Amino acid sequence: MSDINQSTIDQEISSEIRTLAENMLLELEQGHPENAVALVSDLNQVREETLYREIGKLTRALHEAIKNLKVSPSGVAPDVESGMNGTMDKLAYVLHMTDRSANRTMDLVDEGMPIVSDIHDRAEELSGRWKKLLQKDLKPDEFRTLTKDIDTYLEDNIEKTTQIKNEFSEILLAQDFQDLTGQVIHKVIDLVRDVEKRLVSLVAMAGHVDRITGIQHHHEEDIVDEDHKIRAEGPHTGTDKTDVVSNQDDVDDLLSSLGF
Amino acid sequence: MKILIVDDFSTMRRIVKNLLRDLGFTNTQEADDGLTALPMLQNGDFDFLVTDWNMPGMTGIDLLKKVREDERLRTLPVLMVTAEAKREQIVTAAQAGVNGYVVKPFTAAVLKEKIEKIFERVEG
Repeated sequence: MSDINQSTIDQEISSEIRTLAENMLLELEQGHPENAVALVSDLNQVREETLYREIGKLTRALHEAIKNLKVSPSGVAPDVESGMNGTMDKLAYVLHMTDRSANRTMDLVDEGMPIVSDIHDRAEELSGRWKKLLQKDLKPDEFRTLTKDIDTYLEDNIEKTTQIKNEFSEILLAQDFQDLTGQVIHKVIDLVRDVEKRLVSLVAMAGHVDRITGIQHHHEEDIVDEDHKIRAEGPHTGTDKTDVVSNQDDVDDLLSSLGF
Repeated sequence: MKILIVDDFSTMRRIVKNLLRDLGFTNTQEADDGLTALPMLQNGDFDFLVTDWNMPGMTGIDLLKKVREDERLRTLPVLMVTAEAKREQIVTAAQAGVNGYVVKPFTAAVLKEKIEKIFERVEG
């Protein structure tokens, strides 16, 4: 609805009301109170017509806004793709991708850990025997076993480190979710921004109808539920909030100030 | 040492579980929110509780309050590992009787330090 149209309508209504009021005064002055009373109902009619016109406009605007929000109105088959449904799917995809990546990474680390432990333990054990050799403290048959064990160890090492290298590469690849989910999150941010803009104009529109019709809303005082005063809010993404700690040191300082 | 890890995200439970295993704590069990955790705590002989705050069903702060109200669980050491970082929330957790508070994301060193500190205090 444009402001120019709106002000023209407002002027029309105002002049109509003014004419009726002047006529009422005239009727009273001329000693015809019954005519003046009749004009009150005309006044009411103007108000009702204005109301209907505004409601009509609001309904059209609301319909447009809902269409723009891309939300399926009730009665539309649920399988119709709506923007909101798509967004929920997108967010579910982000959840799925991050979950898969985290588990894949942890699986690979779990596979690699025992291999590294084995390499470490065997090196430690061989190192002990090697030192004995350097100190010329090793019997000939012990020496033969040592050379054989070192040979096996080196062979194994080549194989195991190749395996670990491959696992590292796979861990790197498992981070591809950042790119994919990042793109999806950008789309969701755009959509939310768009929806917010449209909701703001919807609120402005409703406010205008309230003004025309003289409807007053009773705003209830915000009731603070003692039990739920402290709500979980999740990770804080802003850095400029003073009521939020920025790291573990801040938490420790706060707790120690409380006697921890 | 039997430990219960409560978090609604399985990956976070797994991270905490692995870190605890590296610290030598191998006897761990998992729950995905306070509602599942509470009966486990009441029926099991757990020595330590590691819980997230923001979970569906029953939150970590409510679980902590229930634990402190329970005659048998009253003294159970509780470590909160959470992304909730408002000063007001940390104070609330402290008042509810938490033994340690770690904000996510955290390092293995921080988790180790806090757990050791809790046991030092409990045993000492």
